[in-house]
Amino acid sequence: MTVRNRVLILVSAVAVLAAVGLASVLHASARAERRDHTQAGGPRVPSGTVALNGSGRLVFRNMAWGPHRDELTSVPAGDPGGPRTASGVRCLRFHAASGTGVCLQAVHGPVSDTYRALVLDARLRTLDHYDVPGIPSRARVSPTGHFAAWTAFVGGDSYAGTNFSTRTAIVDTRSGALIPSLESFRIVRDGRPYRAADVNFWGVTFADDDRTFYATLASKGHTHLVRGDLRDRTVTTLHTNVECPSLSPDGTRVAYKKRVAGLSKDAPWRLYVLDLRTMRETPLAESRSVDDQAVWKDTRTVVYALPGDYGADLYQVPADGSGKPRRIASAAVSPAYLG
Amino acid sequence: MYVADSRARASAHDAVRPRAGRRRAAVAPTVLALGAVSLVTDVSSEMVTAVLPLYLVTGLGLSPLGFGLLDGIYNGFSALVRLVGGHLADRGGGRHKWVAGLGYGVSAVCKPLLLVAHSLTPIGIVLAADRTGKGLRTAPRDALISLSSTPETRGRAFGVHRAMDTAGALLGPLVAFLILRATVDGYDAVFTVSFCVAVLGLLVLVLFVPGGRDAAPARERPTLRAAMGLLRGRDLRRITVCALLLGLATVGDSFVYLLLQRRLGVPDRWFALLPLGTAAVFLLLAVPLGRLADRVGRWTVFLAGHAALFLAYVLLLTSWHGTGLPYLVLALHGGFYAATDGVLMAAASDSVPEALRSSGLAVVQTGQALTRFACSLLFGAAWTVWGDRAALAGAAVALAVCAAFSLTARPKEAVTS
Repeated sequence: MTVRNRVLILVSAVAVLAAVGLASVLHASARAERRDHTQAGGPRVPSGTVALNGSGRLVFRNMAWGPHRDELTSVPAGDPGGPRTASGVRCLRFHAASGTGVCLQAVHGPVSDTYRALVLDARLRTLDHYDVPGIPSRARVSPTGHFAAWTAFVGGDSYAGTNFSTRTAIVDTRSGALIPSLESFRIVRDGRPYRAADVNFWGVTFADDDRTFYATLASKGHTHLVRGDLRDRTVTTLHTNVECPSLSPDGTRVAYKKRVAGLSKDAPWRLYVLDLRTMRETPLAESRSVDDQAVWKDTRTVVYALPGDYGADLYQVPADGSGKPRRIASAAVSPAYLG
Repeated sequence: MYVADSRARASAHDAVRPRAGRRRAAVAPTVLALGAVSLVTDVSSEMVTAVLPLYLVTGLGLSPLGFGLLDGIYNGFSALVRLVGGHLADRGGGRHKWVAGLGYGVSAVCKPLLLVAHSLTPIGIVLAADRTGKGLRTAPRDALISLSSTPETRGRAFGVHRAMDTAGALLGPLVAFLILRATVDGYDAVFTVSFCVAVLGLLVLVLFVPGGRDAAPARERPTLRAAMGLLRGRDLRRITVCALLLGLATVGDSFVYLLLQRRLGVPDRWFALLPLGTAAVFLLLAVPLGRLADRVGRWTVFLAGHAALFLAYVLLLTSWHGTGLPYLVLALHGGFYAATDGVLMAAASDSVPEALRSSGLAVVQTGQALTRFACSLLFGAAWTVWGDRAALAGAAVALAVCAAFSLTARPKEAVTS
């Protein structure tokens, strides 16, 4: 084959490949555009004012197609399926308590997205912002509103790298003092100091004393529930196989996802509640795998997200293992009950 | 079909070779073609690597944690694949191109498979297949580079190839994120374009890299035993033993970045950019250091690269927190790769007969990869028991000892005229 023929083959192949590539990009961007049009049969989402100090409201990230997709919206806590008031603030993950909110959002850079955490006041104005080192995963505000925490996935960094880790930060929303990584805390495991290169933390939940928190610690393939102390900067292991704990409003129990043996690798978790006094585990009535940090609607009910047609839907289930799960809102994620 | 062809082409290239080539011979067209193949293929594969975490978490809603657990098992398998690739390429008087092509092809096919793999196990299998392709092609490709360049310019040839390869790795994420931006989470578009780019790489290989060399009919068919028998040769044995020992003291990249962040306080938002720093320095220095290796000796440059790594460890161990320190560590880390990655292959090429070139290079690469993996395990364990500082100090001492040993065991330098 002559050089000329080879070049000809290459040029024609480049033309075909470029056409295929371009078609796929155009197809994908047309699909993206459809998401900006209001979805038929979806919830009504008018613009309005969303406040974080009102009571009896539920605030979450609206995922329904339309102009207010991905914005924080609020609904009456008693009628979560009703019309949503859109705030204009876009978040990937959100939580709020006592008039303080934390919003993890993407910042569109010239090339790739970066992420940041906004600390919001009761009128959703930004008080402070912090860089988040990876893809946002969990967000939580303490019951007092004085502390906020978030977890991000930090991605692989080698050829076809498949090693991921998490980074969890806690900020004092009054002073702005940031703990960039819980990995700087001393770890006490089974009564002894512990350290390892592969320690990861995720899913912080706060008690109402502005000092105690709970979180997941993972190392060597095991997860632990830890109780953390913000003043001593220590974490102490309490229980194994606990991920994404969520402390009940009365501080006695933790709702969490437990990796149950024998389930598929893609859906390995079930919702459980752990009694912190007796360390007794109670499986909840949700039979599907839950990959979320639940929130407590009240002392008897937990709310969590499951994958849905438009990303995720919200469900509730009794916290004592009775009853059965009920869908309370579709196309919604990251709920926070106010007041 | 290229056996007859490649000659005609070679002479054609000789004719168009610029006159400046008299002063210092130009890089062989085959090396440039292989560089182009690697550049394009790295664009394709790094596109996928760059968006994979985002795809798993936001696209599929999966938790990527624990995804690296299979890495250990896979590392062993990948080593085996590399040896098999090298051996297959040597059989039949040099099928380097076709074995490399098979490797590139396997990786290309994996890209559209990502479109249909929606849960962790299938995605894990696709990624494993992708890396099998990479394992298959590495040794034959390096053998082709060494066979198509003269012994005295091999360092430069490998340098040019590694620079092009790294350029692709830097471009890939850029392309991927531009597509994601244009399509708002259009991961399918990223994977489709990645596939098209991979096919292009394969095509450049098929069209522009000459195939079977008109090697003298092999007196003996290259066998696995013959490949292992290479280690009886003093020079290759020394190179392999040194590469193994030094690999045992080479702390994995992710540890280096973790240490940079912890010990030198690199802010979180820069964390994702640290590998880019290493790659950029690698890109800039690959050719100059390759040429230097041709002039002052490959072993010297190879060991100097490890001295740079040693210096990086020492800087990480100091408690001095200068603003320029992270840059210096990254520069040394990139310099380490530029002085060792291609240079080792150039050095090893000198002591492997042509008929067994792929197998010989595969033995060295595999040994190095395995001891580096062992180092990661040891380092992680040492970190757990003694803490990061002591673990790093241990690695630094081990590196110094291994480098000192390698200095005494230096192989006979090949022609450097």
